[in-house]
Amino acid sequence: MSETRYTDQHEWVRIDGDIATVGITKFATGQLGDVVYVELPEVGRKVGQGGEIAVVESVKAASEVYAPVGGEVSETNPALHEDPSKINADPEGDGWFFRLHVSNKGETDKLMTEAQYAEFTKSL
Amino acid sequence: MDHLSENLRRTPLYALHVELGGKMVPFAGYQLPVQYQSGILKEHLHTRAAAGLFDVSHMGQATLSGDDPAAALETLTPAEVKGLKEGQQRYALLLNPQGGIKDDFMVSRLKGEPTLHLVVNGATKEGDFAYISERLKGRATLRPHIERALLALQGPAAGAVLSRHAPESEQLIFMDTARMTVGGAPAIVSRSGYTGEDGFEISIDASDAEHVARALLGEAEVLPIGLGARDSLRLEAGLCLYGHDLNEDIDPVAAALTWSIGRRRRETRDFPAAARILELLAKGPREKRVGIKPDGKAPAREGAEIADKSGRVIGRVTSGGFGPSANAPVAMGYVETAFAREGTEIDLMVRGKALPARVASMPFVPHRYKRS
Repeated sequence: MSETRYTDQHEWVRIDGDIATVGITKFATGQLGDVVYVELPEVGRKVGQGGEIAVVESVKAASEVYAPVGGEVSETNPALHEDPSKINADPEGDGWFFRLHVSNKGETDKLMTEAQYAEFTKSL
Repeated sequence: MDHLSENLRRTPLYALHVELGGKMVPFAGYQLPVQYQSGILKEHLHTRAAAGLFDVSHMGQATLSGDDPAAALETLTPAEVKGLKEGQQRYALLLNPQGGIKDDFMVSRLKGEPTLHLVVNGATKEGDFAYISERLKGRATLRPHIERALLALQGPAAGAVLSRHAPESEQLIFMDTARMTVGGAPAIVSRSGYTGEDGFEISIDASDAEHVARALLGEAEVLPIGLGARDSLRLEAGLCLYGHDLNEDIDPVAAALTWSIGRRRRETRDFPAAARILELLAKGPREKRVGIKPDGKAPAREGAEIADKSGRVIGRVTSGGFGPSANAPVAMGYVETAFAREGTEIDLMVRGKALPARVASMPFVPHRYKRS
């Protein structure tokens, strides 16, 4: 499995073979507060890198989630509908949102490494 | 400090909010905490389970004096003010000359005092005070109390907590008000609030605010509560937020606040736009404020359109979100009167999709006021 990469919109992505697992970062959940609802894409939906793909709602507000890499949705996290608080509890583990068949793995090159993302969030 | 926040005011509790880890945001011209470290969900649930302390010092407090301040104030509101007994507080609407709602406010008469004490919304206070002063010129004088802070202690443990610092507060029931000392500080205490729970609003001098707040926060039952939970608590309680659920284009009948129109006032017809409002009352308004429960789990937020089952737009959501105690999304909004009946099936338009929902009675969580 490859290293985790990060977007400036606070999504993370981890690629294993052709499959990318996507979620939102711990920093994002800290900003959002308690997540109460998540709208996940249908399996089979195609999305380009940076395209709107999901919505996460906290008590405060609704926020868009963007695809860190392009591809076709292969799976969504079934646990999140029943218990969206998993996103706060373990955003970069059990709180994953969906998986994609990646169309172009090279797209991750444009994303931040963990160290770069840590620097980035410090500047916010 | 960024450019925007330089223009924002601070309440007397600003330093305490920061010390407690409050996440400060601009609200009604002030920097106020949207939440503390425990977060909105926990703060909300804690208030309904025990007690929460809110800083509502941004709200506008004032004294109205004159030969007959109640008669003067009645020219601007349909509420029964003259009949307000000593030691009582009442909810009232400030109407513009067209009968639109300029603000909602609390008016109270303290024992042995000829004046009235007003509490208006923070975002509207300057405009309200200028309007009231101008309209009542020669009859009554309004003196804003910019030097006063306002704390709200809300929740089922509020009575027990406050009695330790103000034993006289035990004598109050819902909508009573009295002067007393709280933790040694002179205060005006009313048994009321904005959460649907039992609780108090405590008006004190700014210089006493931190001392009193620390004393109340020192009690095991009490957590500090931010604006986020204040909003979800009031929405579950079915209470209106001015500027969202109420505005100058909305009249008291559409707002379903006709209970705030005094019985005598309906006879004397001497409040702003009385003829129009009483006609609306008799014939029914074009649209009406209702509670809304989405069938699913997705919340609908302010601004979402409401459609009938054929897709025709029949109204809009004015407040909406997730209700932590209801454990479900809840909303309120305006719909054409034909759709206002409880149980009516409607659709909420969220991100281009129609979410099925039903008109529901409010409050979404039962009120637990101390009525005796």
